[in-house]
Amino acid sequence: MSQIFHRHSNIYSRLSILGVVLFALTLAGVVAMLHLSGYNTRQNDYVEQPIQFSHAHHVGGMGIDCRYCHTTVEESSFANIPPTKTCMNCHSQIWTGAPILEPVRASFRDNTPLTWTRVHDLPDFVYFNHSIHVKQGVGCATCHGPVDKMPLMYQQAPLTMSWCLDCHRNPARYIRPRDQVFNMAWERPADDPELGARLVRDYNIGSVEQLTSCSTCHR
Amino acid sequence: MDSNTVTHYPPPPPVIEPGHTFESVTEKISRIVLGPSHPVGWFITLGIGFLLLNVLMVSVGYLLLKGIGIWGNNIPVGWAFDIINFVWWIGIGHAGTLISAILLLLKQDWRTSINRFAEAMTLFAVACAAMFPLIHTGRPWLAAYWLFPYPNTMGVWPQFRSPLVWDVFAVGTYATVSALFWYTGLIPDLASLRDRTKNTHLARLFGAMALGWRGSARHWQRYEKAYLLLAGMSTPLVLSVHTVVSFDFAVGIVPGWHATIFPPYFVAGAIYAGFAMVLTLAIPFRKMYGLEDFITMRHLENMAKVTLVTGLIVVYGYTMEAFYGWYSANQYEQFMIYNRMTGPYGWTYWMLIFCNGVVPQTLWIKRFRTNTTWLFVMALIVSVGMWLERFVIIVTSLHRDFLPSSWDMYYPTFWDFSTFFGTIGLFVTLMFLFVRLLPMISIFEMRTLVPAARVKGPKDPTADIDVTFGGG
Amino acid sequence: MDLSAIRSRLASAEGRLYWRSLGELTDSAQFREYLHREFPEQASEWNDPKGRREFLKLMSASLALAGVGACTRQPQEQIVPYVRQPEDVVPGRPLFYASAVIHGGYAQPVLVESHLGRPTKIEGNPEHPASLGAADSFTQAEILNLYDPDRAKIVTNRGEVRSWGHFLTAVQSALTAQAPRGGAGLRFLTGAITSPSLAALMAEILRAHPQAKWHQFDPAGRQGQTGDANARPIYHFDRADLVVTLDADFITCGPGSLRYQRDFSTRRRLTDDRKQMNRLYAIESTPTLTGAKADHRLPVRAADVEGIARELSALLGAVPQGEGASVPRPGEPDIAGWVAALARDLQAHRGRSVVVPGDFQPAAVHQIARSMNEALGNVGTTVTYAAQVEAAPTDRHASLAELARAMDAGEVQVLMILGGNPVFSAPVDLKFSEKMAKVGLVAYHSLYVDETAHLSHWNLPAAHALESWNDARAYDGTVTLTQPLIAPMYEGRSPHEVLALFTPQGDRRGMQIVKDYWTAAYSSGAQWTITSPDDEPFANADAFWKRALHDGFVPGTAVTAGGPATPFDAPSSGLDPSRPAPPVTGDQGGLEIIFRPDPTIWDGSYANNGWLQELPKPLTKLTWDTSAWISPRLAEDRGLHNGDVVELRYRGNAAKMPVWIVPGHPPQSVTVFFGYGRTRAGRVGNADETARQFNPYLLRTSDAPWFGSGLEMARTGERYLLVTTQEHHAMEGRVPVRVATLEEYTKEPAVIAHQAHAFPKTLTLYPDHVYDGYKWGMAIDLTSCTGCGACTTACVAENNIPVVGKEQVSRGREMHWIRVDHYFAGDLDNPESYHQPVPCMQCESAPCEVVCPVAATTHSSEGLNDMVYNRCVGTRYCSNNCPYKVRRFNFLEYADWYTTTLEPLRNPDVTVRSRGIMEKCTYCVQRINQARIDAKREERKIRDGEIVTACQATCPADAIVFGDLNDPNSRVTQVKAQQRNYGVLEDLNTRPRTSYLAAIRNPNPELEPARPAGQTEQH
Repeated sequence: MSQIFHRHSNIYSRLSILGVVLFALTLAGVVAMLHLSGYNTRQNDYVEQPIQFSHAHHVGGMGIDCRYCHTTVEESSFANIPPTKTCMNCHSQIWTGAPILEPVRASFRDNTPLTWTRVHDLPDFVYFNHSIHVKQGVGCATCHGPVDKMPLMYQQAPLTMSWCLDCHRNPARYIRPRDQVFNMAWERPADDPELGARLVRDYNIGSVEQLTSCSTCHR
Repeated sequence: MDSNTVTHYPPPPPVIEPGHTFESVTEKISRIVLGPSHPVGWFITLGIGFLLLNVLMVSVGYLLLKGIGIWGNNIPVGWAFDIINFVWWIGIGHAGTLISAILLLLKQDWRTSINRFAEAMTLFAVACAAMFPLIHTGRPWLAAYWLFPYPNTMGVWPQFRSPLVWDVFAVGTYATVSALFWYTGLIPDLASLRDRTKNTHLARLFGAMALGWRGSARHWQRYEKAYLLLAGMSTPLVLSVHTVVSFDFAVGIVPGWHATIFPPYFVAGAIYAGFAMVLTLAIPFRKMYGLEDFITMRHLENMAKVTLVTGLIVVYGYTMEAFYGWYSANQYEQFMIYNRMTGPYGWTYWMLIFCNGVVPQTLWIKRFRTNTTWLFVMALIVSVGMWLERFVIIVTSLHRDFLPSSWDMYYPTFWDFSTFFGTIGLFVTLMFLFVRLLPMISIFEMRTLVPAARVKGPKDPTADIDVTFGGG
Repeated sequence: MDLSAIRSRLASAEGRLYWRSLGELTDSAQFREYLHREFPEQASEWNDPKGRREFLKLMSASLALAGVGACTRQPQEQIVPYVRQPEDVVPGRPLFYASAVIHGGYAQPVLVESHLGRPTKIEGNPEHPASLGAADSFTQAEILNLYDPDRAKIVTNRGEVRSWGHFLTAVQSALTAQAPRGGAGLRFLTGAITSPSLAALMAEILRAHPQAKWHQFDPAGRQGQTGDANARPIYHFDRADLVVTLDADFITCGPGSLRYQRDFSTRRRLTDDRKQMNRLYAIESTPTLTGAKADHRLPVRAADVEGIARELSALLGAVPQGEGASVPRPGEPDIAGWVAALARDLQAHRGRSVVVPGDFQPAAVHQIARSMNEALGNVGTTVTYAAQVEAAPTDRHASLAELARAMDAGEVQVLMILGGNPVFSAPVDLKFSEKMAKVGLVAYHSLYVDETAHLSHWNLPAAHALESWNDARAYDGTVTLTQPLIAPMYEGRSPHEVLALFTPQGDRRGMQIVKDYWTAAYSSGAQWTITSPDDEPFANADAFWKRALHDGFVPGTAVTAGGPATPFDAPSSGLDPSRPAPPVTGDQGGLEIIFRPDPTIWDGSYANNGWLQELPKPLTKLTWDTSAWISPRLAEDRGLHNGDVVELRYRGNAAKMPVWIVPGHPPQSVTVFFGYGRTRAGRVGNADETARQFNPYLLRTSDAPWFGSGLEMARTGERYLLVTTQEHHAMEGRVPVRVATLEEYTKEPAVIAHQAHAFPKTLTLYPDHVYDGYKWGMAIDLTSCTGCGACTTACVAENNIPVVGKEQVSRGREMHWIRVDHYFAGDLDNPESYHQPVPCMQCESAPCEVVCPVAATTHSSEGLNDMVYNRCVGTRYCSNNCPYKVRRFNFLEYADWYTTTLEPLRNPDVTVRSRGIMEKCTYCVQRINQARIDAKREERKIRDGEIVTACQATCPADAIVFGDLNDPNSRVTQVKAQQRNYGVLEDLNTRPRTSYLAAIRNPNPELEPARPAGQTEQH
């Protein structure tokens, strides 16, 4: 009987083997990249806020300390989003007519809170505590990035678990002197490689076992 | 060995009825696939199987919607039908590879007429089994990939100390190798189907599946090598899979689980169940398709003998469990045995002893061994027995463990049963589709059994060595 | 069932073999088959509309879940800051307010945890003498009532929506109509009132309407007290070496139970240096937790308690004049000897003993008890008789009877009911609901739209205790203030605000009423002598008020400290307060029926509270249902099994009850617990058609509310499914609870250690964990534990533990992280009882950890077995491998994601677990973490006692100790160093971190000859 396949089909069949392998690899690669991408982690994307509040202007420009607004960052898990009152402290004096600030004035007038969109949002099963990180010399910029240069707030770090573990597994690489925590411009001194290790000792930061115990962050 | 000793054996009955030629063998087997008509029994059974398959779909769907709570599982009985079914199916999935691989290496030529569908059975049984480790978890959508080690954004790995992780690898490997083994064996037959069919579309399909097999000497030479290698690979797997499965229990501290005898005892049990299932399938098939001259009484009898042997090993296992329980002088072990025999689930234990211990003893007698009806019934009873064995091990051990305060009963629900019978549906459907669409007996290997094939070449004396004890 | 077999086995048994429980009946074939008829395989999920309704929700939910944790994006969330942030509110940190929850008219002092203005947890007020930090289950479960979606929300009149304004006008017109007749047609019905300000309001009303009458009713309240100024006993168990109860359950019942329990266990506590403990004799009818704790227990008919009391008092030479010792019942020869031995023991403990009469025993018994205490010189040391703290105390059943009569006679035009749900709970012989129909205007103020509400014209929603201003007195008279934690969620108002409407002054706010009363009381100093807790007096009334609010109580107002009775300056409550309690009718033959409030839902007022419904009831561990308790002997005679439904006929009334066999129950008595059978309780508490008949109120009469004879019991042949969380009450020689008598223990302390094998700590292949920081551990003292179950409730509240419902409990899927196991030992008719709270043992070499495939449960650096919910995939292997079975699995979506009112209740520091996840006790790791962070921020170590687990905080017996095992001086380390410290199932070498202190009994050698050492619970 006649051949049912053209002789070329040999090469096709061989190629198809290769093809399957390649396809599988590419698929895996794509999924992984999507997973790590900013799309998934919301890294680096600006979010609409009721007011175009600029950290760059207030922190970078005016040099207002983080704690002026984020009052509870040193005593609580939550850094606190400032009440409208805080805005009005200044803006009852300056830019009192600025149309961009109307929502603030409205909120203060009708006693209706502003509604902000979360930028740094950990899953609900993660119990992050600002106060202890600040106390142990984790700078604001370490996780939040150069806030003083952000006209609109965005999430700079991926905030994935492995990202947290980078530091929890080796804090020395990241922590800084306590007095530098709120300093946006601080840079790791090149001449003092031992700094991190020394701080871990001085601040009596928990052992890696403790920092990486599940219940440290999950309950 | 020298020929003198060989001659002491009575000449074994032939593994294929006389009067067959290459042509007749090929014709007879391939007709099942290519032939236009099909026995009505096939349609009926497939229908039932398909019905049950749908039951399975519904059950699993409802399970995913509501959660494990639709089953009877509770605290303390965290595992029940789910794991029972898993172990039961994986056990059944042992005979195939055993028959194909180990008997091949032992040059038991009587295997050829049963190895093909035994392998298929293995695959489908493993498919049924592999479902449970996934769906028995509370959050299968996560278990599906968290159990595999891969670099991830959480920076954590699976917990390699857990037998459940070992399971993933053991079962995974076993399934893959069995599939390869089965398919490799199919290639030459696919080629012959390709050449025999009149339908060009079918021809193309079979042709594609035959991967360009032309039956050249080189092909055969490579094929034999590959097939032998695969056989060599799957032989240890037959042992490893059920050993690892038995670790799921042996590693635990639950009285009735925590026993070193588990691996051998589980493997034997698996082969036991497997052969029973092969008999359950072989007997109707050979009747349905008039294959009595390929699957001869000798095959059935040999399988019966293997069943008897493994059955005895299993019984030894039960005895040892009871003995250890008593000998351990450990109050929990002692109570466990006492509770198994006299507790609220005592009836399951005694039924198990009856099914797996008493019934197979009939096989000492040739008249029973050669009575297909009895073999069929016996095989079914053994399957039930093996299922009960897992029930006894899992449920009766868990429901009364250490603290009397947490003792409780386990009652299966409708969904437990529907899931279980559903998997049987899946199995039957796949099996019956297989016999319709692919040659259920290896054509080319059967050809080697035809006398015409025998005369050629130097005869290998071991080829006829057979299990010849008993024989009433 | 085969009780005779049990008996014979016991008879043949060597020593004190632990016998199999009657709970095994539930394994009987007919029961199993019954269970299936009850719950045809999960069909319930299809039939019940709720199930169907939630099906789609579940579908979407689980499909959504399929994404969670996988590679889906976080949904975008909003943050809503304050406009003007209150000063001391720190988001992420709770605030605690001292307040009180009122139970049976008395204050239960509490400390309420509030997150951003929403109360999430109730704990005891550690500074209050009546609590010392403890809180019972009722008090803690009040938080769930607050958020109950079935609460009364709006004012209605005859079913039409109205406002408080409408009601005010209605009241005023009614009052003007009443004015000429001096308010003769005006009646008030309340429970017991100890609130001075509320009493003042009532007095004000009665002064304005001299003919008006104030009735009181409380179905579960103690027997009415006589008007005698100093009739009320207050016990000081911390000074008593020998306690005798006359059918008294001072451990769980009564306003003082928390303090009593603490004092009792303090006196009972053993240390290696001080090997002395008190001794408890219980003469009681229905088995109670007090009886379970007793070293000697004498089960008798409730009616016989008085006789035995007389007998005892005669032996003590304390017979009240004109009364002779009565002869004990025939056929009970041992009692005489028992009582004699007790008398001798009492004589030996003059001034260090106390006789406690039961709240539910008639006044006569109280008289006898008092005379005995006087004769033994206990008055002033172990018991003081002090002023009443209830305003206008009266016999409440008589008071309600009087009201019923008046209503029937048409004397009542206006009836104002403040809570209490009388239509459901009034004695049946009063036919209260029929007679109420004859009243022109009935206004009902209540937390729920219940049975009474449906027969009242005006329904007035009540504000919850945590929503309102109030004051009430604790058992010792200490005035305790209630402040609102949250603005009323609905239109609710407090009793003060309602009564105020009837006063000449008219509408006032609760805060104003309470604050005015106390600032006035402070400044005038007339009735109340308020002393400052510190030496320097308060600057002014305002300073006093602030301080009192802060502390939660008014110092110096305890009647024991010379505080006054609750002032009630009205001509009279309109009733004769000194009316004696009606005599219990004489022996009618037949069985004796004993009425008791339900142990977990009380008189029915907590019927809609899921936590309490699911809380296992003492001794039986039953949940979700009531039952009639009968003795094994009676069960044998009548051939009854657990769950058989019997018909009870008593004084011409009939009701059905499912029976439960309770060892130690007096043979010829039947105990029924009222509170169940609610028809309008709410979605949780409404009884189905069958269970509706199981309502003892249908049998209860006003002249014998607590017990009476002449009961007939007939089996109906029906069966009813009673679900229990513990089927098996025998130890099977596994000695989870190790027991010894004080004598044995002092003679040979190792007797505890020898009761089971233990392996050397080195017996493990794995290297030991290293703990350079803290190393948490817990010890539970079984000698102290009374099995009250408050720890379970506390745990439920703290850890967002879901309620699963009867059907799931019947399948063995209850979710409690700390359960209280109960074991019987010894004689079937009068067994010893042992309780054992079982949280996670946090094993050193934990079987659960090695078998989890995804490392969802791991060993922390401080020794905890962490459970990571978000990592768990739910293989349930860990639970199978846990020898203590303390792990709980979310078989279905148990957490309620859809009832919005319950959302604020959740503890924000603990993950709400969804379906398919394993969960368990974590030693309240959220509290540990908070403490660790605080300590680090203050650059110090965590102090001993700084971390208090929820169960430990609330334990009235102070049986649970938690702390750092690395600190040699910590309390837990010292406790664990005791010779009676042991680990459960130590022989498995799991090396549990939660250890137990053996239960030591202190029997009277005269009554219980010492056993040869080592013969205790041998296996």
